[in-house]
Amino acid sequence: MKTWITAALAVALSVGFALAAGSDAIKERRALMKANGDATKPLVPMMKGQAPFDLATVQKALKTYMNAAEKMPALFPDDSKTGDTHALPAIWDNKADLDARFKKLGEDAKAALDKVKDEASFKAIMPNFYKNCGGCHEKYREKPA
Amino acid sequence: MTPALPLAVGAAVVALAAVVGWIVTAPRTVDEAVAAEASEPGDAAAGRNVFFLGGCAACHMSPGQSDPLKLGGGMELKTPFGSFFPPNISPDPSDGVGRWTPADFANALLAGVSPNGEHYFPAFPYPSYRNMSVKDVRDLFAFLRTTDPVANPSRPHEIRFPFSIRRAVGFWKLLFLPPIAPPPASDPTDFEGRGRYLVEGPGHCAECHSPRGWFGEIIEQRRLTGGPLPTGKGKAPNITSVGLKDWSESDISDALSTGFTPDGDTLGGPMAEVVRYLSQAPPQDLAAIAHYLKTYKASR
Repeated sequence: MKTWITAALAVALSVGFALAAGSDAIKERRALMKANGDATKPLVPMMKGQAPFDLATVQKALKTYMNAAEKMPALFPDDSKTGDTHALPAIWDNKADLDARFKKLGEDAKAALDKVKDEASFKAIMPNFYKNCGGCHEKYREKPA
Repeated sequence: MTPALPLAVGAAVVALAAVVGWIVTAPRTVDEAVAAEASEPGDAAAGRNVFFLGGCAACHMSPGQSDPLKLGGGMELKTPFGSFFPPNISPDPSDGVGRWTPADFANALLAGVSPNGEHYFPAFPYPSYRNMSVKDVRDLFAFLRTTDPVANPSRPHEIRFPFSIRRAVGFWKLLFLPPIAPPPASDPTDFEGRGRYLVEGPGHCAECHSPRGWFGEIIEQRRLTGGPLPTGKGKAPNITSVGLKDWSESDISDALSTGFTPDGDTLGGPMAEVVRYLSQAPPQDLAAIAHYLKTYKASR
């Protein structure tokens, strides 16, 4: 009897750990993406010319993107496909493409950090930079908006 | 009473029902006045705007490449009814619409009927396109004829029986579509009317953004309150005044041209492609769409 209970407990715990590991990855990547969105929010009216340009806010956003770009590729383990996530199965069929996109995001953010000094350079560079976001979200994220 | 009599009566009733059914599901085409108006010379430059507002490329562009003007068809559209393969609408004379007349094109968009006199499946969103003016249909056809011909025969759909019975679409049209009645040409200076025209006609927003009933018909009283995406995964959100209560009209039109939401997010999934096309439309058209959505109330 005791062996059965121990065995059942062992199975339950390992399944639990596996699920937890998968769901930890989900939580972490959602948090990184949310941070990206929060950092972008003040930049949207700046790009439309509806809010005054502020270099510090822009640089903070770019550093947030660089941080996400570095950490995200490792947050898609095979056991994180299901759960509270909007990541589409296409990610795991195209992992190399996803990794390349995050690499480009990081490189583009670093380049923007070097080049954006004022409102003119901001408006010249950022709209093109943001194609990185839309490109991934079109292919790899389920939620439309 | 012999056993033959009820059998004979039964057979007669079935035969009568079949004949009535056949008549009632007959494809109805546009009338002569509309066909004549469609055959007047079209303005291809104006048609280009209609093309991007209508999003034709989203279904009809050749897959595996990024030129929206390469319209060889064949992109698989997976739905709960099976897979649809949009046809070739390039001006190719054998594989596309190269030998179509303008009246053929008007029947496709305004009546949902092919040049062979068969019903189109409403996966082709003619329930919305039928709200386009004859002028826009004519101009769009003129524009399509300026794109490159693409040699690629249209692929037959792979739809589950009994949904594959084309003639049955005649019943569907009787039940769910009003008679063919294209509106007059849209006046771009009538801001309110223009917004309604664009959303209900070429924009065909309700085709994704509405809940559907048992036969795939849009539930009218809940139009634009959100719905499943055609592929089944994910949801197209509520874009009525209720769903957009936290957005201003300029938030909406900016999102349609840049993809940015007021939250700092980007419109993703199928909407990213819509933004690529709508961003080519004149700003006042996007403003009109935004105004219509921001003031739209579903009936229920």
